[in-house]
Amino acid sequence: MMLTTTILFYVFSAILLVSALLVITARNPVYSALYLVLAFFNAAALFLLLGAEFLGLILILVYVGAVMVLFLFVVMMLDINLERLKEGFLRYLPLGLAIAIVGVLEMVAVFWTAPIGRVPAPGPIPANADNTRALGELLYTHYLYPFEIAAVILLVAIIAAIALTLRRRPDTKSQAVGKQVAVAVRERLRMVDLRGPKP
Amino acid sequence: MHDLVNAAWWPPVWALIKIIIVLIPLLLGVAYLTLAERKVIGYIQIRLGPNRVGFRGMLQPIADALKLLFKEVLIPSTANRFLFLAAPVLAFVPAMLVWAAVPFGPGVAISNMNAGLLYVLAIAGLGVYGIIIAGWASNSKYAFLGAMRAAAQLVAYEIAMGFALVGVLMLAQTLNLSKIVEAQAGGGFWSWYWLPLFPFFLVYFISGVAETNRAPFDVAEGESEIVAGFHVEYSGMGFALFFLAEYANMIFISILTTVLFLGGWYPPFNVAPFTWVPGLIWLLLKTAFLLYVFLWIRATFPRYRYDQIMRLGWKVFIPITIAWIVVVGIALETPLRAILR
Amino acid sequence: MANPVKRWFQSFFLLEMLRGMRLTGRYFFARKFTVQYPEETTPQSPRFRGLHALRRYENGEERCIACKLCEAVCPALAITIESEERSDGTRRTSRYDIDLSKCIFCGLCEESCPVDSIVESRVLSYHAETRSELLYDKIRLLGNGDRLEGELARDRQADSSYR
Repeated sequence: MMLTTTILFYVFSAILLVSALLVITARNPVYSALYLVLAFFNAAALFLLLGAEFLGLILILVYVGAVMVLFLFVVMMLDINLERLKEGFLRYLPLGLAIAIVGVLEMVAVFWTAPIGRVPAPGPIPANADNTRALGELLYTHYLYPFEIAAVILLVAIIAAIALTLRRRPDTKSQAVGKQVAVAVRERLRMVDLRGPKP
Repeated sequence: MHDLVNAAWWPPVWALIKIIIVLIPLLLGVAYLTLAERKVIGYIQIRLGPNRVGFRGMLQPIADALKLLFKEVLIPSTANRFLFLAAPVLAFVPAMLVWAAVPFGPGVAISNMNAGLLYVLAIAGLGVYGIIIAGWASNSKYAFLGAMRAAAQLVAYEIAMGFALVGVLMLAQTLNLSKIVEAQAGGGFWSWYWLPLFPFFLVYFISGVAETNRAPFDVAEGESEIVAGFHVEYSGMGFALFFLAEYANMIFISILTTVLFLGGWYPPFNVAPFTWVPGLIWLLLKTAFLLYVFLWIRATFPRYRYDQIMRLGWKVFIPITIAWIVVVGIALETPLRAILR
Repeated sequence: MANPVKRWFQSFFLLEMLRGMRLTGRYFFARKFTVQYPEETTPQSPRFRGLHALRRYENGEERCIACKLCEAVCPALAITIESEERSDGTRRTSRYDIDLSKCIFCGLCEESCPVDSIVESRVLSYHAETRSELLYDKIRLLGNGDRLEGELARDRQADSSYR
């Protein structure tokens, strides 16, 4: 069993790395987005191998199922001119390299000082562990405030995004579906007796 | 026997056997669902439906399958060949994958996993990739419009669907589909979740109709305005795979609604003649009824306008589900808790 | 609607949708109107306008006197007639063609005919593999008439009081 898990780990990791590389090298942006989907999939598979089924499935549900769909949606609509994009490549190269070097240095610094290796490796996972329940209990007790604050920040972001794109256009005509549905016959139709008074 | 079960090669082989046991009846069911659809819609339109191939048209699905098999697979000259051919597979595979978690009896499933509900929700959302890629790779305006519509529609309705499932989770306290059904055991049909979660039941089923791109939410195909939407350019087996995926998804949504809201394999009354019938039969009967409702809805309602679909998803279903989650949450803190659980 | 509570119930429980579904659900059990074509056919009127035929008198003489009224009246220009004097001194057609791929089955030729020669029969399921087979000449039209004479005479008889 151990051997299969190890082989699977290397297979998924290899596909993950290759597809991550292809995300930035693929010429067609649609291909890039699809490789990103593949990368997410393999990351989710790695989570599953670790026994973290909740994280793996949420990764698929949120990123693959919703976020990447919208990405693809946008990327497919764009008419990207690759030649134009390549023109600025050399000009921006020094800046990009500088940012990359800073990033690498920061990561090295973190790994240098962080207590990696001093944390004991987790014991074997109990057979009937419920990943979801464990995560929930931790999130809603120990990390309740950070969790709620993150939720509020997201809510603010949603409202801000809507507020930024919302424009009222008084000149356009639109339906008020609720009003239409609520209309009754009596409000629109008046029965009139046209026979007149009897002679 | 003991050695056999312990052998290293046995678990994968046993998994394969289970997959075959589920998928072959499923594909047969899909084939006959197409016949049932044509028959039911025909009957509602006071016609007879197909009745020439075999007894009362019983061999019609086989004739259709043979026709599609022998049709030429056409690839448009400006299409993206690889993605064009991959798209039907990408639509079909998730439609089959979701069945891994579907329970057919207490603990009886291909994989009785702990996070079954989450798995089902995650995989069911993947079918849209087949549609989007088909629309883009066809390099056709109609296909592209269909794909865009499908993408926006699926994202909108998946949120409402997810919220509807949150309600089930709150009552059942588990993500395991088999245990969700067991949590609905007790007094017959009024102890099933459709009653306390009635808005979720409606929202889930209607979102399911929208998710599977069925009428009246079939704007992704929209014959009258965008010809056939994302699959205009497909013929032969490519088209057949989209077709199979759509109908397999219909069956899946029906069986999941049964599992989540209609008490799965439990009989509607806990009295003698009903309890004699095996649980699997009850499960399939309820599923068949919901499938009939799918067809009934299709035969009754005209297609929604696209902006109305978006309005229904974002402005009606999501607020309703959020409000009812709050209601259920409050109810669980009152003495009602004892009844609901 | 005046009562907001009633309205809320109507939309929340999808009552109007259910009303629509009740209607279609009833039709599911209604008697079906399908006519199973080769085995069953819909009833035909004696005035049915189908495949054309040229009729003869009972003594075997062809009725057509080559007056060319049908050729003149035909709105689709589907009829072509050539005439000559026969050895007994009567005027007869030497050619009478109807192009069925042009014909619109309006029945004007039949109405214009002074001797009830060109008629339209009840035959509706004729077919051809090429366009030239749809060009009916005099021999084929007379053949149609000979084959269908009984039915043609009965239909004219049944309709005679309305003419």
